[in-house]
Amino acid sequence: MGILAAFLVIAIMGLVLGFGLAFADKKFAVEKDEKLIQMEKSMPGANCGGCGFAGCSAYAEAVCKGEAEIGLCSPGGAALAQKMGEIMGVAVDATQERKVAFVHCRGNADVTVQQFIYDGIDDCNAAAIAQGGPNACKEGCLHLGSCMKVCPVGAISRDEKMMIHVDPDKCIGCGKCTTVCPTMVMKLIPASAQYVVACNNHEMGAKVKKACQVGCIGCKICQVKVPDSGCKVENFLSTIDYAADTSGLEKAAALCPQKCFEKR
Amino acid sequence: MSYIGILITYIFIQNFILVQFMGLCPFIGVSKNSESALGMGLAVTFVTTVASVVTYMVQHFLLVPFGLEYLQTISFILVIAALVQLVEMVIRKMSPSLYKALGIFLPLITTNCAVLGIAILNVQNDYNLVESLFGGAAAGLGFTLAIVLMSNIREKLDLLPVRKVFKGVPIAFISAGLMALAFMAFDASLVTNLHLV
Repeated sequence: MGILAAFLVIAIMGLVLGFGLAFADKKFAVEKDEKLIQMEKSMPGANCGGCGFAGCSAYAEAVCKGEAEIGLCSPGGAALAQKMGEIMGVAVDATQERKVAFVHCRGNADVTVQQFIYDGIDDCNAAAIAQGGPNACKEGCLHLGSCMKVCPVGAISRDEKMMIHVDPDKCIGCGKCTTVCPTMVMKLIPASAQYVVACNNHEMGAKVKKACQVGCIGCKICQVKVPDSGCKVENFLSTIDYAADTSGLEKAAALCPQKCFEKR
Repeated sequence: MSYIGILITYIFIQNFILVQFMGLCPFIGVSKNSESALGMGLAVTFVTTVASVVTYMVQHFLLVPFGLEYLQTISFILVIAALVQLVEMVIRKMSPSLYKALGIFLPLITTNCAVLGIAILNVQNDYNLVESLFGGAAAGLGFTLAIVLMSNIREKLDLLPVRKVFKGVPIAFISAGLMALAFMAFDASLVTNLHLV
């Protein structure tokens, strides 16, 4: 009897309060902006924060209020920008190319000189505090995988040689890894890029050669001998201008004495 | 005890925040500006008042007749949680800016021990329905008084040259301690001397 009474009393109270709340929810329902509902639905929903807002719905709200530009969402890319333009009723120039992250470094413990053994916190920024990390090259990859931890889609992996790889199909181009990386060796490149200069060292040739076997020494062979490669050497580092003519990149890659070019 | 006696007891002598140290979480969390502090105080006052009446009814019409006094805590919390949900819906509808300012602290009124505290104190003190109503309102008003005073102090503190180590919450805690000391001056003899018992 006691148990039954207790059960019934609590059950009835729960039911009455539950139905009361359900009724109140209908009565006090807040109408949402029709545009906002559509916008939130079309968002990728990764909440990566690449746009600079707290999440997808925060960005959608800012766009609806006219406080943010369309096209800041890199996971959504051109298709989303187009759709958002349709919802807001404005024309959008949707010619942006999808961007993906790439580690501009081919170094590992075998080819890069190690100055000491780092035995601290398993984090690139912590290692960078300790004299810029164990690598003799202070601008290369530290291999501790801080980028893997921040990646919202798990596109970044590490192989047995501790080399970091970004899966271009999975990468949404939010740029989180580029901001967490202390050496800024992680950069965004166009998804269609065929070749990348996989080095980030701005030191002069002799210093680079002492530190790493696969570093760019700034010899300018790619720039001078293959003018249509799109390569430009600045501060002793070759960078590819992807907007320019890059048809000669294959030839430039073959000519590179340090084999810095990486084919994708 | 007379109704005025109950009001004075729970607003000053037994102030829920500064004397009984209940409901400290929103006291620090929402006291950064006076507008949202007042909103929080009124929301809590509404919940304590209505919860006092409803829990009185639950206690005397459901629990006591069936001999289920041991279900007091769970049934009171059930009532309080439902009421807080209702308040949340109303505030979301009426004032989106207040809803945003209160943030997570609004649903957290559910777990504010001041609300459950007054409901249980009403039962322990054998208050009747009207006395419970006054008890609940007084508890809420005492909460509002404390949080509004605190928010005004903190607004002033923001403009003062406070040392870096004390900036923000630390100096707020120290101020809260001093306020609590001041409230200790309200003694139970106040009610007896005023012949309000």
